[in-house]
Amino acid sequence: MTAPARIQTAQPAAPSPSADDHEDLKRFEGAYLSPGRMIAVLGVMAALLAVVAAVAVAFGTVRIDLYRALTQSASPDHAILFSARLPRVLMGAVVGAVLAAVGAALQALVRNPLAEGGILGISGGGAFGAILALIFGYHLGGSPALVPLCAFAMALISTLAVYRLAQVDGRLEPFSLLLIGVIFNAFWGAVIMAANAVVDFYHAHSIIAWLMGSLEAPSYYEVAMVAALGLAGFAMLIMRARDMNLLSLGDDAAADLGVNIESLRRAIFLATSVMIGAAVSVSGIIGFVGLIVPHILRLVLGADHRLLIPASVLGGAVFLVGADLIARTVIAPAELPVGVITALCGGPFFIYLLRREERSALVG
Amino acid sequence: MSKERTGDAPALKAHDLAAGYGERPVLNGVSLEVAAGELLAILGPNGAGKSTLLRVLGGSLRPWRGSIELFGRPLGEFDRRALARELASVRQESSAVFPFTVLEVVLMGRAPHLGPIHFEGKSDLAIARAALERFGLLELARRYIQELSGGERRRVFIARALAQEPSVALLDEPTAFLDLKHIGEIFAMLKQLRAERGMAVVATFHDLNVAAQYADRVLLLKDGVTIGCGPPEEVLTAENVRHVYEAEVYIGRNPVTGALTVLSAER
Repeated sequence: MTAPARIQTAQPAAPSPSADDHEDLKRFEGAYLSPGRMIAVLGVMAALLAVVAAVAVAFGTVRIDLYRALTQSASPDHAILFSARLPRVLMGAVVGAVLAAVGAALQALVRNPLAEGGILGISGGGAFGAILALIFGYHLGGSPALVPLCAFAMALISTLAVYRLAQVDGRLEPFSLLLIGVIFNAFWGAVIMAANAVVDFYHAHSIIAWLMGSLEAPSYYEVAMVAALGLAGFAMLIMRARDMNLLSLGDDAAADLGVNIESLRRAIFLATSVMIGAAVSVSGIIGFVGLIVPHILRLVLGADHRLLIPASVLGGAVFLVGADLIARTVIAPAELPVGVITALCGGPFFIYLLRREERSALVG
Repeated sequence: MSKERTGDAPALKAHDLAAGYGERPVLNGVSLEVAAGELLAILGPNGAGKSTLLRVLGGSLRPWRGSIELFGRPLGEFDRRALARELASVRQESSAVFPFTVLEVVLMGRAPHLGPIHFEGKSDLAIARAALERFGLLELARRYIQELSGGERRRVFIARALAQEPSVALLDEPTAFLDLKHIGEIFAMLKQLRAERGMAVVATFHDLNVAAQYADRVLLLKDGVTIGCGPPEEVLTAENVRHVYEAEVYIGRNPVTGALTVLSAER
């Protein structure tokens, strides 16, 4: 890469004031995030989500007559549409949105595109918390809020543990972070399998569902719960989106620009743990959504987190609704857990990213 | 120490600073004053404490002892964002991990002036444009920061610091990776900003000749202790340089600029 070859005097003319404002805005168009570009991008993505969601509601393991479903409330078509398809598509959208936004925020936190809730072992911690609540919850009165609450608590503990252990002399080492994350992931997997071995058959089935990640048969209550907690986390993240941009210059440079690094980290820990806890408590561990979606969006839209995070919300929803549509239809009438589809896409993608990172680390 | 400037409190004043990392002391009893519009060069061999001094002056490393004042106000009285509006730092290692454009990086300099959810407006773009133009970076505005050479990136980060519109700029090795043309350009720009806005500059240098040519005053450090502080002619004597750098030197004059010139006299 060479600088444009042009002769320059040592003393360029002082910049002319507002005269070429208009020309500037044109010259810089697309090179920075303007509110107009943000609205346009999010509008297009929202439209895409609407289309994908409509397709996902219309198709599935059994054919339904949409006209009859919408007009005859006593028909089986109506029942399938409103008590099976629609909540499932809504849940896919909400969980996908949460996972992708969390991925984008964690990547900003650790300054590394390889981060994601599943890979860092946070989802595993959350799933274990959810299972604990499930097994012991009945003895404690079985409040429906207990499962997401425990999932959140364990996700937060897992996040903090991974983050602390990955620090060497106060610096976050990307590869030790990944290693520790992977180890945590395996550890939580083993703990969950152990729990599976000692509980009775009824519980064992739902534990397997958790481990594989599935959107099967959610209730509207669950959709609303994940949506509400996801929204709360999203609000926390979007308020700190510009700080996340500055953080990618490094801790010191971000602090020089007025960012309170510790408070930013705490906000990201808290928001992502709430979001992962909520998602995991209904859908289990759906991997790689948080890795693939922000990465592709960053390539297309640029790195500014003020756009990347809301775009990940919409993009994650599109991705998971689409993946679930495939999971429901590819071996119809049987179904695959959606986590199988995302992992099949995500595994190779992760390796590709890892290779790319290694190369760029070598090049400098 | 020159105190010819009169009027208000100096832009930046440090008294009896001691600092270090963990148990290891790096600075011991360093004092300095920089007036508005002045360029102070910090010189010394590797490990003398140049970068540590900048970190302490910028508020990112808390000193063990001593005081720092910005326009007569203790540094500790500024909150982070207020400090970032007054004081800009450019560190030795400057890059970004994600694909931000050059323009976006320079616009980040506006962050301390904007609320958390405010977008950069026309005036911010105009400031970023001016900073880019001053450094001949307009053509690179759309490029990703990772695609640039070390020297180009250095200029982008100095432009970002100027977009902060600080009253004091702390530059760690601003001339590293730069060729002669760009070194001249940067100092021409800094000179202009010092004259226009009264911006004070504190910069570390490896190259004594660059410092002698462009700095109003130099501060010579060895092992965290001040050896001399004043105009280059007074501080960069053969005796001082030999003592600090442990090398024989020849000190003369640049026949064109008249600036002090330090050459190795090792055979």
